[in-house]
Order: sequence, then C-alpha cells, then structure tokens
Amino acid sequence: MSNEATLHSQQEVMHGAGAHDHHDHEHHDSFISKYVFSMDHKMIAKQFLITGIIWAIIGAFFSVLFRLQLGYPDATFPWLESILGHWAKGGRITPEAYYALVTMHGTILVFFVLTAGLSGTFSNLLIPLQVGARDMASPFMNCLSYWFFFLASLVMMASLFVQTGPASGGWTMYPPLSALGDASIGSKIGVDLWLTSMALFVVSQLLGGLNYISTILNMRTKGMSMTKMPLTIWSFFFTAVLGVLSFPVLLSGFILLLMDRHAGTSFYLSDIFIAGKALANEGGSAILYQHLFWFLGHPEVYIIILPAMGMVSEVLAISSRKPIFGYLAMIGSLFAICILAFLVWAHHMFVTGLNPFLGAFFVLLTLLIAVPSAIKVFNWITTIWKGNIRFTPASLFSIGFVSTFISGGLTGIWLGNSSIDIHLHDTYFVIAHFHIVMGVSAFFGMFAGIYHWFPKMYGRFMNNTLGYIHFWVTLVGAYLIFWPMHYEGMAGMPRRYFDYSTWTSFNQFEGLNQFISFVVIIVFATQLLFVFNFFYSIFKGRKMTTLNPWKATSLEWTTPIHAGHGNWPGEIPEVHRWAYDYSKDGRDFIPQTEPLGPNESAH
Amino acid sequence: MDTAVTAKKKWWAGGYSPFNVNYGKLMMWYFLLSDAFTFGALLISYGTIRFSSPSWPDPNEVFKSFPGMGHANLPLMFVSLMTFILIMSSVTMVLAVHAGHHRDKKAVAKWLTWTIIGGIAFLSCQAWEWTHLYHEGAWWGRNPFANVDGTVASTNFTNFFFTITGFHGLHVTSGVVLNIVILINVLKGTYEDRGHYEMVEKVGLYWHFVDLVWVFVFTCFYLL
Repeated sequence: MSNEATLHSQQEVMHGAGAHDHHDHEHHDSFISKYVFSMDHKMIAKQFLITGIIWAIIGAFFSVLFRLQLGYPDATFPWLESILGHWAKGGRITPEAYYALVTMHGTILVFFVLTAGLSGTFSNLLIPLQVGARDMASPFMNCLSYWFFFLASLVMMASLFVQTGPASGGWTMYPPLSALGDASIGSKIGVDLWLTSMALFVVSQLLGGLNYISTILNMRTKGMSMTKMPLTIWSFFFTAVLGVLSFPVLLSGFILLLMDRHAGTSFYLSDIFIAGKALANEGGSAILYQHLFWFLGHPEVYIIILPAMGMVSEVLAISSRKPIFGYLAMIGSLFAICILAFLVWAHHMFVTGLNPFLGAFFVLLTLLIAVPSAIKVFNWITTIWKGNIRFTPASLFSIGFVSTFISGGLTGIWLGNSSIDIHLHDTYFVIAHFHIVMGVSAFFGMFAGIYHWFPKMYGRFMNNTLGYIHFWVTLVGAYLIFWPMHYEGMAGMPRRYFDYSTWTSFNQFEGLNQFISFVVIIVFATQLLFVFNFFYSIFKGRKMTTLNPWKATSLEWTTPIHAGHGNWPGEIPEVHRWAYDYSKDGRDFIPQTEPLGPNESAH
Repeated sequence: MDTAVTAKKKWWAGGYSPFNVNYGKLMMWYFLLSDAFTFGALLISYGTIRFSSPSWPDPNEVFKSFPGMGHANLPLMFVSLMTFILIMSSVTMVLAVHAGHHRDKKAVAKWLTWTIIGGIAFLSCQAWEWTHLYHEGAWWGRNPFANVDGTVASTNFTNFFFTITGFHGLHVTSGVVLNIVILINVLKGTYEDRGHYEMVEKVGLYWHFVDLVWVFVFTCFYLL
C-alpha cells in the first residue's frame, strides 16, 4: 500500500505539479539558481558542454605543443618559453614537459571532454526532452553531478600549475612509475592531484549515470514504450550502464594506487630498483593495476562512442528523410557492444606478460565486436541509401562519423589479434587507430549533436557556412594527420618518444612528421573557428522561428523555443508511434505525438 | 475488476514505472550494483595477489584474541561476535522497514535505534581489533605474522586486510550516519507527513548490502 502511495505522489510530480511549477520558476529564479546551481537539466547540459569546450581547447592546444616538438625537433620557439617558463627553456619543450603534455592531452580528452562533455551534455539535454519528462529523476543529484565534475576540473587544472608539474606517466597512470614519487618529476604531487581529480570525476559520473538510467526507465511519458524511444536514448542508456558498472572498478584501482603512494603498501610493487637502490616492496603486481584500469578503460571507449552512435543514428534518419534501417538491430547491437565491452579489456595487455593462452580468448571476444559494429555501419549506410539527404553540417558530420568509424574500426581488427599486436603495440599504428575510431569519430558525433540540437539549446542556429568549412577542414585534416601514422607504426615507430631524429630507423619520417604537425595546427585553428561560431551564435545567431526546424518526429521539438523548467507548458504529450516515421504514406514525417490512423499499423 | 486491469497493464508502455518502484529505490539498486563492483574489484585484487604468493598467514593464528581474555587462544571468536552483531542489526533493520509499512512511527524509531546501536557496536569491535593488531605490530606496510609454512610473509596480508576492512568500515560508518539522519526525520514526523516510510526502505537496502559485503569480506579474510 505504501508503494502505491509513493508511486502516486511521484506521478503527481511527473504529470501534474510540473505545470504549476513552470510559471513560478520564471519569476523567482535568481541568477545563481538559474545559471550557477541550476537544477534544470537543459542548463546543466549547457554547463557540461561549455566546460567540455574549454577543456577541449586546452587538451587540443597541448597536442599542438607536443606536435611542434615532434614535427620540428630542432627548431626553437621563443614564445613557448614565455608561456611554459622553465618547461620550455630556450623555446624548446623539455622531455619532462613533453610527457606531461601527452599525459594531460589524453586525460583531458578521454575523460573531461569525450565522457563528461559528450554524454554529460547530451544525456542531460535529450533524455528528459525525448522521453517526455519534466526533468531528470533527481534534479538535485544532477546538479551535484555537474559540480563534482567542476571540482574534478579545478583539481586537474590546479595540477597543471604545481612546481613539479602535472602527472606525466601517460593517461593510463601505470605503476610503478605512477606509484613512486621518486621515479620521475611527473610522479610527484601531480599524480596525487590526478587521482583526487579522477575520484571526484567518478563520483560525478555515478551521480549522472544513476539519474540517466532511472529517468529512462521510470519517467517515460505515456505511450513511450522502450521500443518507441529514439536511438539516442538507447545509446545514453547503455552508456550510463557501462559507466555505473565500470567506473567503480577504476576507483578501487585508484584507492590501491594511492595506498601504494602514501601508506607504504605494495599492491602494485615488487622487486624495484630506483637509482640503483632496491626498494623493500615485495609481493605486489603491476599487472593487477592494468587489469583494474582496463576493466574501466575498455568500457570507457564505448562510453565515449555510444552517445555519438546514437546521435548519428538520429541525425542520419532525419537528414535523409527515411526511417532508421534496422531499428531493433541497432538496439541489439548496442546491447551486444555493451556486453562485449566488459569482456575484452585484456587486449590492451597482450604484451605485458599476460598468459598467451588467456590472450587467445580475448582475441576471440575482441574480434566478435566487429559483428555488432558492422551491423551498425551497414544500417547507417542503408539508412542514407537512396535517401533525400539534406546536407546540413550535422548530417555531414554524421556521414563523416560513419567514414571515420569504418576506417578506424578496420585497424582494430588488426590490433585485436595478439600475434600482430606483438609488432604493432605501442607504435603510431595504435595512435592512429584509436584517434580515428574513438577520438575523431566521437568528436564528429558530438559536432553533429551540437549543430543539430543547438537551436533546442539556445533558440538560434549556428552559422552554416562556418559549419561547412569546419566539417571539410576537420575531415580532410583528420585523415591527413592520422593516415600517415599507420605507416610510421607499421615501420615500428614507437609512441611516446620525445625525439625521433636521432634514430636511424625513424628519421626517414622527418618530413612526414613535419607535415602531420603542420596539419594539426590548421585543424586546431579550424576548431577555434567552431568555438567562435558556437559562442557567436548563442548571442547573434539566426533566430529560430518555427518549433521544428529539422522536421523531426521526436518529442523535444514539441516544446516551446525557450522552454522553461518543466519543458512543456501544460500536459506532457502522449506518444503513439516510434520516432522514425519519415516519408510514410506520402507524408514527409509524422510526429510521435500523432495517433495511428485507422488504416495504419505500428512499425 | 481491479485485478483484471492490473493484469492487462502494459508496464513498459510509459507513463508508469516498469518495476512499480519509485526512482529513488531504482537508483539505490543501481548504486548498490555499482558499489558491488567496487568491492568486487578490491576482493578480486586480494585474491589475485594471494594466489600469486607462495604462502599466506593463517587467520586462525592472527585473529585469536578476545578483549579481556588475555592470551587465551580463541581463534575467530571475536570476529564471529562482530559478524553476529552486524547480522542482528540487519534483522532490526528489517523490523524497522516492516514497521514503516504499517506506518507505526514508534516501532520504526525503536528498531532504527537498535540498528544504529548495532552498527556502532560493530564499528567499536572493529576499532578494538584494529588497535589490537596495531599493537602487535601490524599496519599498512608492516606485517609481523609469518606465513603458514613458516616463511616470512609479504606485507600484502595486512595491506589488504586494513584497506578492505577499512573501506567496509567506512561504508558502515556512512550507513550509521544515514540511519541517524533517517531516525531524526522519523522522530520529526517527516515521513508521517509524507504518508510513507520509503526512505527507511531505501536506507535499509544500503544497510543490508553493507551487511552482505561483510559476509564476503569475512569469508575472504577470516575463513579462507
């Protein structure tokens, strides 16, 4: 009986009270409650996005800095000394600074931009809007989620400015290098701040993820069955499940690492010499950390790519005016990827001393991921096949996503084989692979999402011409940067080295490295153009005049242009059909809110 | 009539919670799943290191003291008492939740108080055990206990013991704090006004989970 009572009061909040709230909120919101500690999922989404953009600029700028070193190892850039001080004496980045830059580049982009910035933004923005809810299940926890992310950001930012510099043992933070402060200058307080920041980040992810899951399961509007949801929501759902189940394992790994650093334990340490002196630590295993790390680390790449997949599915269907091809197969493949994501982590460890017999199973499971991935790719291609495609910037980025996902994914089949991995591991081939399939693709999905839902966020459009320039330069640039790296990697060029010019085997690539660095600078400048477009359009962009500019079927376009807290004035619309009724029965599109006609059957 | 409607109800069709639970309880379940992975990772790490070690100290030799019993050899007696206390606190929690269903404010308050007492008693026992071990020379990075085969043990026996029981103790502590907050709300009549005691159920879920984790921690460190 008490269960009925609670549920009843919840339904009240969901369907009735929200409408009342709506009017009150407009008047009583102070600056602080509206823009700072906001509990409106739309504002929190914007907070995640803008914080993510700031981090993306920093992280990408770091890559420009270390590409300068890689492309022009003998040149000096006096301006570097004026921004980096003793880290770039005489205008040349020091080796320590180089390692700090690559480590921070990885950390920032993987976690702060492509995890928090991507799913933080779009899960928050789209889940309530597309499932038909007033807000997240718990707006307060949602607000906390952002502010934990913000705290994590502050700590990570602070670590850039300490005397001994930020963590610099690589974004995977492998011990023993990261566990022993004496091991390198980048293993000192920088690592402590890194671990603190990441622990806060895990809390933020957990708060966010629990909210996403329970909102999707519990708060769907009337008629919105699970199989009527847009694929975006399915992808956010699986992303959240992955995060909720894998981040805690990372946290455990970090707890043990922190103990090794400060409590004199030997979880990851055994038989170690520093500067010719033997340490007392005995009995630990460095590989243990790698298992714990990659148990998160591998699902993490799907946490990054699944939201992009969902948004691309949505944008491709809308822009080709066709239903998504294989809706259930799309959900099934997301599910398969989600399961397999937990079963392949050791393919990151083929050469770290893992039993080769065990490796064989990880090869099999890894190659299995090609199946759901291929299903998705074929479905995207079939969706746009013979479609009446509208080449908006969002649809171009979505098509670009499919392209990069294919070309980056195919090299994954090489790397998933433990025997080929003996040659290719830790080379530029790996860098090329994961940057294309995870970095560039996820960014393309994110850009598609931003161009597509910008009107929903700000009531204005972004500039199309700048969008087209942004797309073409980025697509061509991404391939020009990463394609040549495959060749360098196949030639055995190792990653993470500071200077290749002294190696006879690799100094043949001097020109190629210069070329890559040159393109990096151009592409980086183009991203700044996008940032300009983004902020300019918030204030000066073309105003939205119709509710549904892309002629989409899903619920978010039924809200007012500047929707208040609660999203819909009055009742939440009821849903009668799936989200992909495009070009049906001679009609361009049929919104989800329209009841089925007398002669019509559900999809 | 009513049942017929319920049977036909499409639970997943939207507009209603498919599990017939409030979002808060759903979140608690997912959080517990997540926390289970945290403990799972720690315990599996422990197992990995232990199996890769040639030998390991014998828990019957390490945990054989009882407060006030001097040097009597009472292997696992004290930890059995601790475990009993914690499990009893779960029973009182069940009774509190049950009383909540009947909206019996006084009974809820009574059983919650017993749960809090149980939790604090468990933590006090743990504090005594830790202090005792500390005085025997055990701590993070220090292990006075020899392996069962007589060889010198690595420090990982104590490292894992203090880390994992400490992490569990932290969970019990936050559980006690939550219980106290809930108890205050019960006494203030917050849930009476709300018309239901679901908050007691949610915190109860957490409390039972922490209890369940202890069963695994207990097995791994004291029995195996």
